[in-house]
Amino acid sequence: MIRWEFCCASSPAAHVFRPLKASERLTRPLKLFLQQNLINIDLLPQFLFILFSPVSAVFRDRDELRMNVNQQPHMASPYGQPQPGYQGYPQPGYGGGHVPSGYPAQYAPYNGPGSAYQQGPPQGMRGPPTSGAPPVSGAQSYSQFGQGETQNGPPPMGAPPQRPPVSQTYTPGAVNLSGPQPPFSQQFGAPPVSMQQMTNQMASMQVGSTAPSPAGPGYAPPSVSQAAMSAPYTPAAPPSFPPTSAAPSQPPPTEAVARPPPQSYYGAPPPAQQPFPNAVPPFSSTGPTQPQAPPPVSPQSFPQAPPVSQPPFSTAQVPPGPTQSYGGPLPPTQPSFSRPLLPTSQPSTFPAGPPPTSTPSQLPGVMQPQPPVSQPSPYHSGPHPTSTGFPPQVGAPPRPPFAGMQGPPMAPQGPPLASQGPPMVQANHVPPTQPGMPPGPISASMSGPPPQPGMQGYPPQQNGAFGQVRGPQPGYTGPYPGQPNYGAPPAAPAPAPPATKRLDPDSVPSPQASDMPPVQKTRHRIDPDAIPSPIQVIEDDKANKGSEPFTTGVRGQAPPLVTTKFQVKDQGNASPRYIRCTAYNMPCNSDMAKQSQVPLAAVIKPLAPLPPDETPPYLVDHGESGPIRCNRCKAYMCPYMQFIEGGRRFQCGFCSCVTEVPPHYFQHLDHTGKRVDCYDRPELSMGSYEFMATVDYCKNNKIPQPPAFIFLIDVSYNAVKNGMVGIVCQELKTLLDYLPRENPDVESNIRVGFVTYNKVLHFYNVKASLAQPQMMVVSDVADMFVPLLDGFLVNVSESRVVIESLLDQIPEMFADTRETETVFGPVIQAGLEALKAADCAGKLFVFHSSLPIAEAPGKLKNREDKKLVGTDKEKSLFQPQVSFYNTLAKECVVQGCCVDLFLFPNQYVDVATLGVVPTSTGGSIYKYTYFQASSDQERFLNDLRRDVQKPMGFDAVMRVRTSTGIRATDFFGSFYMSNTTDVELAGLDCDKTVTVEFRHDDKLSEETGALMQCAVLYTSCSGQRRLRIHNMAVNCCSQLADLYRNCETDTVINFFAKYAYRSVLSSPIKNVRDSLVNQCAQILACYRKNCASPSSAGQLILPECMKLLPVYLNCVLKSDVLQPGADISLDDRAYLRQLVSTMDVSESHVFFYPRLLPLQKLDVESISVPVAVRDSEERLSRGGVYLLENGLNIFLWVGVNAQQELLQNIFGTPAFGQIDPNMTSLPALDNPFSKRLREIIESVRAQRSRYMKLMVVKQEDKLELIFKHFLVEDKSNNGGASYVDFLCHMHKEIRQLLS
Amino acid sequence: MSTYQEFIQQNEDRDGVRCSWNLWPSSRLEATRLVVPVSCLYTPLKERPDLPPVQYEPVLCSRANCKAVLNPLCQVDFRAKIWACNFCFQRNSFPPSYAGISEVNQPAELMPQFSTIEYIVQRGPPTPLIFLYVVDTCLEEEDLQALKESLQMSLSLLPPNALVGLITFGRMIQIHELSCEGIAKSYVFRGTKELTPKQIQEMLGLMKPATSGQQGKPLAPHDAAAASCIFLQPVQAVDMNLTDLLGELQRDPWPVPQGKRPLRSTGIALSIAIGLLEGTFPNTGARVMLFTGGPPTQGPGMVVGDELKPPIRSWHDIQKDNARHLKKATKYYEALANRAAVNGHSVDIYACALDQTGLLEMKCLSNLTGGHIVMGDSFNTSLFKQTFQRVFSKDYNGEFRMAFGGTLEVKTSRELKISGAIGPCVSLNTKGPCVSDNEMGVGGTCQWKICSLTPATTLAMYFEVVNQHNAPVPQGGRGAVQFVTQYQHSNTQRRIRVTTIARNWADAQSQIQHIESSFDQEASAVLMARLGVFRAESEEGPDVLRWLDRQLIRLFMFHLRRSPFLQVFNNSPDESSYYRHHFVRQDLTQSLIMIQPILYSYSFYGPPEPVLLDSSSILPDRILLMDTFFQLVIYHGETIAQWRKAGYQEMAEYENFKQLLQAPLDDAQEILQTRFPMPRYIDTEHGGSQARFLLSKVNPSQTHNNLYAWGQESGAPILTDDVSLQVFMDHLKKLAVSSSA
Repeated sequence: MIRWEFCCASSPAAHVFRPLKASERLTRPLKLFLQQNLINIDLLPQFLFILFSPVSAVFRDRDELRMNVNQQPHMASPYGQPQPGYQGYPQPGYGGGHVPSGYPAQYAPYNGPGSAYQQGPPQGMRGPPTSGAPPVSGAQSYSQFGQGETQNGPPPMGAPPQRPPVSQTYTPGAVNLSGPQPPFSQQFGAPPVSMQQMTNQMASMQVGSTAPSPAGPGYAPPSVSQAAMSAPYTPAAPPSFPPTSAAPSQPPPTEAVARPPPQSYYGAPPPAQQPFPNAVPPFSSTGPTQPQAPPPVSPQSFPQAPPVSQPPFSTAQVPPGPTQSYGGPLPPTQPSFSRPLLPTSQPSTFPAGPPPTSTPSQLPGVMQPQPPVSQPSPYHSGPHPTSTGFPPQVGAPPRPPFAGMQGPPMAPQGPPLASQGPPMVQANHVPPTQPGMPPGPISASMSGPPPQPGMQGYPPQQNGAFGQVRGPQPGYTGPYPGQPNYGAPPAAPAPAPPATKRLDPDSVPSPQASDMPPVQKTRHRIDPDAIPSPIQVIEDDKANKGSEPFTTGVRGQAPPLVTTKFQVKDQGNASPRYIRCTAYNMPCNSDMAKQSQVPLAAVIKPLAPLPPDETPPYLVDHGESGPIRCNRCKAYMCPYMQFIEGGRRFQCGFCSCVTEVPPHYFQHLDHTGKRVDCYDRPELSMGSYEFMATVDYCKNNKIPQPPAFIFLIDVSYNAVKNGMVGIVCQELKTLLDYLPRENPDVESNIRVGFVTYNKVLHFYNVKASLAQPQMMVVSDVADMFVPLLDGFLVNVSESRVVIESLLDQIPEMFADTRETETVFGPVIQAGLEALKAADCAGKLFVFHSSLPIAEAPGKLKNREDKKLVGTDKEKSLFQPQVSFYNTLAKECVVQGCCVDLFLFPNQYVDVATLGVVPTSTGGSIYKYTYFQASSDQERFLNDLRRDVQKPMGFDAVMRVRTSTGIRATDFFGSFYMSNTTDVELAGLDCDKTVTVEFRHDDKLSEETGALMQCAVLYTSCSGQRRLRIHNMAVNCCSQLADLYRNCETDTVINFFAKYAYRSVLSSPIKNVRDSLVNQCAQILACYRKNCASPSSAGQLILPECMKLLPVYLNCVLKSDVLQPGADISLDDRAYLRQLVSTMDVSESHVFFYPRLLPLQKLDVESISVPVAVRDSEERLSRGGVYLLENGLNIFLWVGVNAQQELLQNIFGTPAFGQIDPNMTSLPALDNPFSKRLREIIESVRAQRSRYMKLMVVKQEDKLELIFKHFLVEDKSNNGGASYVDFLCHMHKEIRQLLS
Repeated sequence: MSTYQEFIQQNEDRDGVRCSWNLWPSSRLEATRLVVPVSCLYTPLKERPDLPPVQYEPVLCSRANCKAVLNPLCQVDFRAKIWACNFCFQRNSFPPSYAGISEVNQPAELMPQFSTIEYIVQRGPPTPLIFLYVVDTCLEEEDLQALKESLQMSLSLLPPNALVGLITFGRMIQIHELSCEGIAKSYVFRGTKELTPKQIQEMLGLMKPATSGQQGKPLAPHDAAAASCIFLQPVQAVDMNLTDLLGELQRDPWPVPQGKRPLRSTGIALSIAIGLLEGTFPNTGARVMLFTGGPPTQGPGMVVGDELKPPIRSWHDIQKDNARHLKKATKYYEALANRAAVNGHSVDIYACALDQTGLLEMKCLSNLTGGHIVMGDSFNTSLFKQTFQRVFSKDYNGEFRMAFGGTLEVKTSRELKISGAIGPCVSLNTKGPCVSDNEMGVGGTCQWKICSLTPATTLAMYFEVVNQHNAPVPQGGRGAVQFVTQYQHSNTQRRIRVTTIARNWADAQSQIQHIESSFDQEASAVLMARLGVFRAESEEGPDVLRWLDRQLIRLFMFHLRRSPFLQVFNNSPDESSYYRHHFVRQDLTQSLIMIQPILYSYSFYGPPEPVLLDSSSILPDRILLMDTFFQLVIYHGETIAQWRKAGYQEMAEYENFKQLLQAPLDDAQEILQTRFPMPRYIDTEHGGSQARFLLSKVNPSQTHNNLYAWGQESGAPILTDDVSLQVFMDHLKKLAVSSSA
């Protein structure tokens, strides 16, 4: 167990702990990683910001993670603040507390920010009366936010009703950044001063970033880090400041630019303009409030900063020592970097305000500084543009006070923290830095292992940042040799690193606390490094479970994570590649299940591909009478069948019914009661196998015909113009040789047919005997039929000449088409009718370009209405606009007609409606927005190739049987259900996943456990009818602790995501989000209540297996479907929604938590891939190059300060400026690095079911905003909470549940 | 004046007119008493090699509701340059171009020998002829092959600039795009769904999206023509394409399960053909040529279901009202026919199958539009092949014997009104002063549309004498009738043929003998037969016979009673339709042959001679040649047949026998050369199964009942219960006496 404690600095408990920890760590640093990490979150109501500092860590069973949050009297308020941090959350609370009425109004416009600001003002009032400026800023903020703010302001003073706000806040959380901002606002309070400038700030923000010089982004960071270093500080600060003010203008642009890109996310780059408008509106409207705006900016700046710091490291500018350490501890260094960033912003403040002064003012000053810190967060969260502006400005005004308080460092830190997004981190840093020497040591001690003074460590980092900030980091880095050390220590203990990191943060705060009373007061931000790290968990799992094969024989044993490479040995249960469960210990009864709220679900991928070293399921033939089954429940013969009476009968493991063994299947039992032939028969010894189905299992009791593939190609103007038609036709000529087949030596049995269409349909007769193909036009789209029988579906090899002739001519024929209207419903009907006429199952490949507006069944109108987003009517956008396609889908399923849809839209095509048939028939949707042959061809072709070639079954029915006591109640995926048990899939390919939820309808026994059997009846590509059986047994438990010890977060998230994504069809998104958070909180609260040892209420305790639940859940919550940015089109959301519904666990994992690989750490010699870093901007080094993949896209992010050598190796040019951001593939350069990099990209692509287009993102380029969208631990510019904020929020929720 | 015989012949040669009476009773009352109405057979495009068309516009009477054309019967004042209309007596001045007119310098239309004259006029741009093939693909392979060859052959017979199109159908209908290169394109329709003309035109892309300028306005013809180009192309441009296309034509690929008929979407195919033409070339001469090998079995216009078990309707079913699809299908095709007729398009039906093909239901397509109907057993017979070839035969000028878009207008002098017409025409519903309320045939109008004409097309026109008894016509007065036929010549010229005839009025009381002698027995027979057929089409068979019996008393009517035109026994509904179709359009001679077949006898006893159509004419040592118009039967008497079997004709010494055998063949060949449609040619002998064709036609003067009474040496007995002519006559006489009493 790991404990995280969030303590108010002032709380005695925290104090106590800290010393302990420190000592422990010092003495046995090695144990640290095993021990708890405690983070104290101190919330000062006054300041309305939260500081998290790890206080202690206790190692338990490794099955839980504890975080103590000790709240001072203020605590409540702090929480409230944190909530605000959450954006939406806090606000509501506040609103309620203060002036409900006022709030709502504000909210609408910009609630989040408003509340935050309001608080801010109060803060300003309190804390820095000294700083007249702050108040001013506050005032400004007020004005911006509206009256509500003012009202809010007061309440916070009183001591904002923390809790109420909390709960309420949540909902608001949805609102966006604004929520979180409140807390920030406090910080802002200080910043407020700057705020005034705020107005300017928007600009300034950016400016600040830019100003910082080289690193617009760096601006904030640099200063912070510098703060640590006195020398650096001054220089950095001054420059940064001026720039900030001046810069403001610049930054905004960046933001604006950035936003546009986001739209393009999934498709081609959308017009930048759109994004802009969005960005703009906020500015104008909230101009003043803008806190939101700032956030984005700040993030940008931050990331940059971090990178910068890294570069230095890599370069080893710093003393050799550091460099060495770097190699190892890179990850750690990064964190450090982030910290530096924070400082950077601060630096600016430094110059402004004399450090010394600040110190004295300490308390107040501190308070303020914190606020600033919070501000940064606001930046992240909410008003990006403004926030950005803020930081700089804020920095300036507050600085004086701040500086005075904690000294320059503090102030700087504050801002930096804020800037970083996760204030936490900053806080941590801050403490150390601020305390200056004292903290440093402490921190050092914390990090324990590294004898080097934490100070050094930090400083170096900061330095790094600093250096970066200023420009050439080297200089800075030089001064701080400590960095290397720092990095080193973490790196050294591979597993430990997380612990160490956590420790560090902890240590930092503790020192502060101990050192300075004021410090204590100062709130600590939660150190991002101190909270559960996905990367760490993944790496741990790899280390622990990746080495030896996973055998499935043991019931109730959780498999390795999806991110771990492992071999599976089937010993009676299905491989996790086929079935993954959320819980491998199911509660025995429904009460427990209800209490825990842990979803009981299995993610089943029946035809999952296996690695070459694993054996595919054996094929079993039970002869003419078909597979042996239980008489009652019809379960298929499996290892759970108990043979009795000498083998003459068997008892079903599912329903306990006793069935006679048919004579031909009889076998004697051995002394253990097992059949003698047990190990000769896969169905008695394996978890997965296949049966040959008899004619009884066929439709109409007729052996099925081999399936057919029909290609339906849009040849309207758009499709021809963007090159799609030509590409498809060209590709099909070769692709048709690779149709799926069971025996690679034999020709595929699959027949093919071709249709083109615009407003009418063109069928082609490609009979082998014809000299030329014949085109048959059907213009009666209202009543579709297939005009020919013979010659439409043909064998490829027989009709090759005619087919090639056809594919050559299609592009020519329609080259001059002026037809822009298309139909869609009739197209699918045509394919369906063709399959009906041929009496076979099959798959349609539809290549479609535009909204079907031509007069025909299934005609659609453009209903894209962004005004509905965020309203209760939003769900209608995900629902099909006509019922026609539902009916059609039903017909398709009956015939076994699977539809794959390739979309090439230039504008809204209503994916929600067009996708109905594919998603009901087991098909896939591929979307290539703004398709351009030059840049998207590769991706499309690879998708097409894979889609055509992949193994699949047709006309499938899936049935999940379970042992008595539980029942499969709900199913998620691409299929159709005509009753409550049979999952009908017109097509089932190797990528399709069905998630099944179970519920109790009786008690389960611990003895027998819970069994499930998934049987899929399908027609193979050769036309054979088969049954694939997957068996799975899990334990049952009567202790909740067992449940929590054996569950799998990735799978839970997969389930949650699918559940939520389906819920958006029927509920307002806000409700969906709330219920997700609520359920998650209940899960964790239940653990805390029933499984965890008693501890203080402020402690956040997470089960080890679920310690990543908050971070992943946050990723789900801020995904484009549940929390859309203004630049996300409705089509994209519908597309993603449908996409996620068929994802398996590994896909959903990387989709929600993208993999970010630091390429500068790539070891050319090794075959391993560098350890990923966490998805946060502060982990990025300006000198680095990173690869980010989420299963749909690959980004290559290039830091502005990336080494020339690196660039030369990758791009063939040493100049950052010469990198073409439009390239979609890397040049094939003849150097090991380039080769290895391309290998990695290829291997990453190979792991995913869809080809990922490579996008090169240059730091500070407008495209970067798209990229930042995937840094899911950060605040997102559409209002998604940062990891830290969300954790706080979650904690608050849990606390509320517990109290 | 010579004999009436000559007069009649002369008039027919000049004007193509045969009147039932050549002196007209001068009052309504007398006319009615004559039983046979004042009427005539008119062949509008009778071939007149000696009549060169004139190259100017006709001169019309200026009275708005007259507009009669200047003709030889008009009184002309050469000095005043004025002419008086002989129908309305309006005085008209000549147009300026006639300024040079004088008694010695008369324009052609004033000369008596030009009572029929043809004008060539310039009306708009010439439009090419259009031939749209509608081909059934549900045929036996052999049939389809033969049909494909015939069609390919026909391409070389078409005028090079003619537009040609191709629609094939079976279960689906394909309309082939002819202009494309590379991939053969076609538009496909399902055969079960009825489409409105608008839908069809939309689906064929004939309607351009309404431009902002002219919303809702139908296409200008030229635009439409351009749009239709993909379906209708000049033969010369797509000759090769189309030949290949026809060559690749496959049988309908949809499987026909056991016990089912192939699904044949004739109804929709025709509606698409007609829809295409009406959308692209309205009021332009066009032929839709339907080639079908069986009955429509699905969709609108279906004649029989696809289940083989229930057979196609017979007369028996129809009389019992058991023909499920009959009325619906008939209605459907009538609607189509009317649409085609309105647009001046004609529909030919070439139906070749052993069973019925639904001609009964579809006949109106041809009947109303002037199209041909050809019925055969198979496309792989010379009957079809030559008939089809003959459709494209050319006249002495090398021009096709077909004309399109004809409009026939009739003008009468005051004492007469027009009651109606019977022939391949539809009413244009033009009311006028000369339209009688008393309808006979297609009446109530003075204008008819004849979508397609051949030189043989003959209409029966019926008139009513409206002059009252108390207003006698002055002595020497003449009644006049003018036929004005406007049409599109096959060379795309617009032409107007004007025929003006006049007959003397006669007072029935005082001049009854004259009137009697002016009676044209042949013409009257045909005219009455047409009336009978027309009635038969619309009324129950027995009623018609009774009507006819009441009305008529002439010898030939015995045969008419037994002819397939009125008698449906032993004929399928399709056959009846087929026979009637031809009967109402052929000229007088052919019509007579149809009513009373001609029987020639060849023997060693003298030159070939016509003999009585009587069983007594069937003798062992004779060769008989019977021409029924639809059949040409050569019958070898018993002895002749034996001789032939013995091979005497091969021996040099029996050269004369060989010649005897050859003689009827040569004569038959002569008939075959000119007859359209090709008659069924039957070469049979005594006792041969095909001899039934002969036996069924002859007067059964000897039957199995009276065989011995009449002795064996002459004639051949007929196995029938029908009464013989003698008995009929006896009965008729008795009836006549009793009725008059």
